[in-house]
Amino acid sequence: MITIKDLHKSYTMGTNSLHVLKGINFSVQEGELVSIMGSSGSGKSTLLNILGMLDEADQGSYTLDGVPIKNLNEKIAAQYRNKFLGFIFQSFNLINYKSALDNVGMPLYYQGMKRKERTEKAMAYLEKVGLANWAHHMPNELSGGQKQRVAIARALASDPKVLLADEPTGALDTKTSYEVMDLIQGINDEGKTILIVTHEDDIAHMTKRIVNLKDGLIIDDAPVNQIRAASHV
Amino acid sequence: MFSLERWQEILETISKNKLRTFLTGLSVASGIFILVILLGFGQGMQNGISAEFQRDAANRISVYSGVTSMGYKGLNPGRFIEMTNDDYNYLITKYEDDIEFKSSVYRIWSGTLNYGNESGSYRVEGVYPDYQFLENENLVAGRYINYDDQRLKSKIMVIGNKVQQDLFAGKSAVGEYVQINGINFKVVGVYSDPGGEREETRVFVPLSTSQRVFGGADKVRNLGFTLKPQENFEDALAQSLQFSAEIEEFLKERHLVAPEDTSAINVNNTLESAKRFYDLIGMIKTFFWVVGICTIIAGVVGVSNIMLIIVKERTKEIGIRKALGAQPLSIIGMVLHESIFVTAIAGFTGLILSMALLEVLGPNMQMDYIKNPSVNFNVAITTVFILVFAGALAGFVPAWRAARIKPITALREE
Ligand SMILES: Nc1ncnc2c1ncn2[C@@H]1O[C@H](COP(=O)(O)OP(=O)(O)OP(=O)(O)O)[C@@H](O)[C@H]1O
Ligand SMILES: [Mg+2]
Repeated sequence: MITIKDLHKSYTMGTNSLHVLKGINFSVQEGELVSIMGSSGSGKSTLLNILGMLDEADQGSYTLDGVPIKNLNEKIAAQYRNKFLGFIFQSFNLINYKSALDNVGMPLYYQGMKRKERTEKAMAYLEKVGLANWAHHMPNELSGGQKQRVAIARALASDPKVLLADEPTGALDTKTSYEVMDLIQGINDEGKTILIVTHEDDIAHMTKRIVNLKDGLIIDDAPVNQIRAASHV
Repeated sequence: MFSLERWQEILETISKNKLRTFLTGLSVASGIFILVILLGFGQGMQNGISAEFQRDAANRISVYSGVTSMGYKGLNPGRFIEMTNDDYNYLITKYEDDIEFKSSVYRIWSGTLNYGNESGSYRVEGVYPDYQFLENENLVAGRYINYDDQRLKSKIMVIGNKVQQDLFAGKSAVGEYVQINGINFKVVGVYSDPGGEREETRVFVPLSTSQRVFGGADKVRNLGFTLKPQENFEDALAQSLQFSAEIEEFLKERHLVAPEDTSAINVNNTLESAKRFYDLIGMIKTFFWVVGICTIIAGVVGVSNIMLIIVKERTKEIGIRKALGAQPLSIIGMVLHESIFVTAIAGFTGLILSMALLEVLGPNMQMDYIKNPSVNFNVAITTVFILVFAGALAGFVPAWRAARIKPITALREE
């Protein structure tokens, strides 16, 4: 599903250049649930943003579902993001003046789907994350866990190939974190490929594979025995 | 641009962000509002001044006499100069070829009119038949004074509309006898005047009659002339200025008035004052335009500032939308669509409000020199379009920048 080879990325700030990713090689198969770990500043988010086409690598190759991702103009990149990827952010990133339902419908709007169909589909995904009753609430009327579940519903709405989650539980307490992980595990059980950036061990062990990053390189990449979040809830 | 989905999205965004919509709209609406009101008043002043000049013939030259303000040839200042029939006769003979209408006027101070039980005090003047044209009067009933009346010194009079209303309570005055200071005069005509009521409270009798009956001897109070029409305004003005200067010189010499004495013989040239007024109005209107255009520019700057702020404020949202698959063009479209829609609605609101205000206030305006302020609809609507266009242009730059910003940069924005 995902193959990257020799990926490099540096940030330049004034005269300083910071080499963040120093040659990353790895691949993810369809249906995997992978966590990316590493200390703060090790380049986890940078990697995930490149995988999400929100940022560009300086060097190296990236293939997503057989499509080479290289020198895309912003228009194509937007199409690919819409079609291939779903994002879950630590800070939820919901549009604050839109209801939960309309937030979930956004990716469908950009697919050109008509309003009625959009609303039905968005409602189905809200039901899936258990928030059908909150459909018409604004984000500021929802708890952190609820917001993240709306975000997950939104990420799923366009039925993407891969879900990318950057510290999805970073802003949540343990109990809520496990609920969210339970949801993510369920989605993975249905066959969706998911990548999660985290620096919490317990969260990482709820995935099926842990990739460890240090100073811009992968130092460890191993499958783990998945702990079901449901057993903690 | 015109897809239903886009419209729904924009309307929703607008309705959920009322404050920023209101602020954008306000600066546009007030810009248009101020411009239209200013233009309206510019037009109102022009109408008002024009009406003021319609009271009398547009090219009238009037001569008044007064008290000398300086000594001359051994005579003391403070002499009251009175013009005579001879002055008048000399002038109309000398300038026979140039003059179109002419009349001298003898004024009866405090004329009291009596008809039955009704009475009132009016300005009563002895005039020649041409005076009708000098005053720009229209007959609504009967006839004006004629040369037979002059010759026969008939006791007849022509009265203004208002006088008829006052004394005759709606009845026709023609043929009735009315007393002026106790002497019976027969009403032969009723006139109206574009100058309105103020000009219609006057009473005219033949000049010869007034001098005989009211003890005027051969004295006249003032003279009025118009000159024959010329090819163009410049010629007319030049001729009329020369004529004014010549008669002034003649009258001063004849009555032993110092050439530089302006109070004893006063020649008032309507054409000259009209030109001055119209020049002034031209300047005022230009000024209003300049102010109005500055207001519009301020409006445009306001709109572009607000657009900049809106885009800045929405950077994160734009990042989110991009992450969800929004293409650059759709971001530009979203920002522009909203700004054009809001400016257009606000612009037309300002236009309609200001036109409505002019419509309501205009006809009821009772101010000197301002009459029926109004604005050319085409001019107003063009300004709205210019403003909407400028607003779109102003919104385009920030929209374009927003569309180009990398999604990750936009998302990092707080
Ligand atoms: N836009 C940027 N400009 C300059 N430097 C950046 C930028 N984004 C990230 N960095 C730097 O790159 C390095 C890696 O950042 P990154 O966000 O990938 O770390 P991370 O592993 O996600 O850390 P954390 O666990 O704290 O989220 C950090 O040193 C960071 O300061
Ligand atoms: Mg990070």
